[in-house]
Amino acid sequence: MNNKAGWAQPRILVQGKSKLRLKELKGIRDNKWSVFFRGMIFPLLVLLMWEFAGYYQLISETLLPRPSSIFSSFIELLTAGNLLYHFQVSFLRAVGGFLIGGTLGLIAGLAVGFSSKVEHTLDPTLQMLRTIPTLAVIPLFILWFGFGEVSKVLLIAKGAFFPLYVNAFLGIRSVDAKLFDVAKVLEFSRWKQITNLILPSALPNILLGLRLALGAAWLALVAAELMGSSEGIGYLITDARQFSQTTVVFVGIIIFAVFGKASDSFVRYFERRWLKWRESYKG
Amino acid sequence: MAFLEIRDLSKTFLSEKGEVQALKDIHLAVENGELITVIGPSGCGKSTLLKIIAGLDNDAEGIVEIDGKEVKGPSIDKGFIFQEPRLFPWQTVEKNIASNFTLRNKEVRDKVKELIQLVKLEGFAKAYPRELSGGMAQRAAIARALLRNPKVLLLDEPFGALDAFTRSHMQEVLLDIWHENKTTMLFVTHDIDEAIYLADRVVIMNARPGSIQKVVKINLPHPRKKSNKTFQEFRHLILNEFEKADELELMDRAGI
Repeated sequence: MNNKAGWAQPRILVQGKSKLRLKELKGIRDNKWSVFFRGMIFPLLVLLMWEFAGYYQLISETLLPRPSSIFSSFIELLTAGNLLYHFQVSFLRAVGGFLIGGTLGLIAGLAVGFSSKVEHTLDPTLQMLRTIPTLAVIPLFILWFGFGEVSKVLLIAKGAFFPLYVNAFLGIRSVDAKLFDVAKVLEFSRWKQITNLILPSALPNILLGLRLALGAAWLALVAAELMGSSEGIGYLITDARQFSQTTVVFVGIIIFAVFGKASDSFVRYFERRWLKWRESYKG
Repeated sequence: MAFLEIRDLSKTFLSEKGEVQALKDIHLAVENGELITVIGPSGCGKSTLLKIIAGLDNDAEGIVEIDGKEVKGPSIDKGFIFQEPRLFPWQTVEKNIASNFTLRNKEVRDKVKELIQLVKLEGFAKAYPRELSGGMAQRAAIARALLRNPKVLLLDEPFGALDAFTRSHMQEVLLDIWHENKTTMLFVTHDIDEAIYLADRVVIMNARPGSIQKVVKINLPHPRKKSNKTFQEFRHLILNEFEKADELELMDRAGI
């Protein structure tokens, strides 16, 4: 072994150096705050133009109230009205429905993914049910469960079920067959095969399913609350519409938007943490 | 009784055109600590042979015995290095090497550390596979196999996808490991230089049906020089074997 270590060391040094350089470059380009500000430019511009257009009465206050009056209406609802209570009601409905539907969807997806026998028994039926739009079953749910909480929570559960089902199933079935050979050669137990190979490999799909399920649950929540309710953010919106309180409608919509985004960011946070092993294009 | 014995091994595939004989009457005896390279044109069944020894392919006639025990299925006795590293992308290098053993065990941790040094990946224990070059990833895969103290290490064209420089580095690493651990190795390749450079014996295979044509003993001391005169003579000898088989078209594919 004439040059035993000689060839290995320099390679590693070069690697280390280039890695450092990359980090430096990234630091300059992707400062956290500069990314944040870049994202803020466009919405702030729109808000400013909107405010001025309202102020100079270029647009009707009843159709498109100014951001400032929406904001004061928000403060008013928060202090005088019971915005927090309505929000709590909506939140609990969404969480309840999401937990029921999401859990069932995940379990069904995993079961169908792991066993082709379960797949043959369950999948055709579920795929058929999947194609029925959530909104189309509202009348049926009202007939069955009335206008109460049950029909709303079940509607949300139905919305959350399928994205998780489909993606968990897909995730398990797209595990690389070549890695299964490795698991065989290394004598993985069935349990190790699941925890070390199948689940980590399916995780990107499952998390994507989670995000889509959250979105679907949110959509179902709005639909459920608009179809008839006496509390919740959706109720606030329908109620305000009858009295032409456009600002309140806006407050409701904005709450839906902000909370939808927040829940999505929540899952994305875990995506970034758990999937940092993935190599993907970052732009 | 040899350490690894293959007797009367035959394998037929069923395809749309009918039966295809992939391997016919393979006999091979490998001594403990021997480094055997298997060379032949593509389609000669050399990878199939390796898969059968590994127990990944159980649908063959004949007997494969390791250390007196017949091979029934895959096990950690038989380390297998695939053409690609096949690391688990969601695990760091050290976790990939430990894999189904936990790093919380001190014994495992120490062994992993030792192997990382052996395959010269110091400083990359916490790196993810995507951060490694092809050669480094393949070295991690070798470490993963060695952690299980395999009786035989089976390598299926492990350096085939690497560039020429990395490839000769990897050959050095493999010889280092072999000198240090004296693991019995069966190394499949389609590169004549690689086959002669590494082997105690070169097994020459031919296609249709896949069979052993000749076994050549390479009695050259290590380290070997590819420009050496005797080395070149071995090269000619093996080339002649291929020409004898009159497989000109297949020789082309073997990279000659």
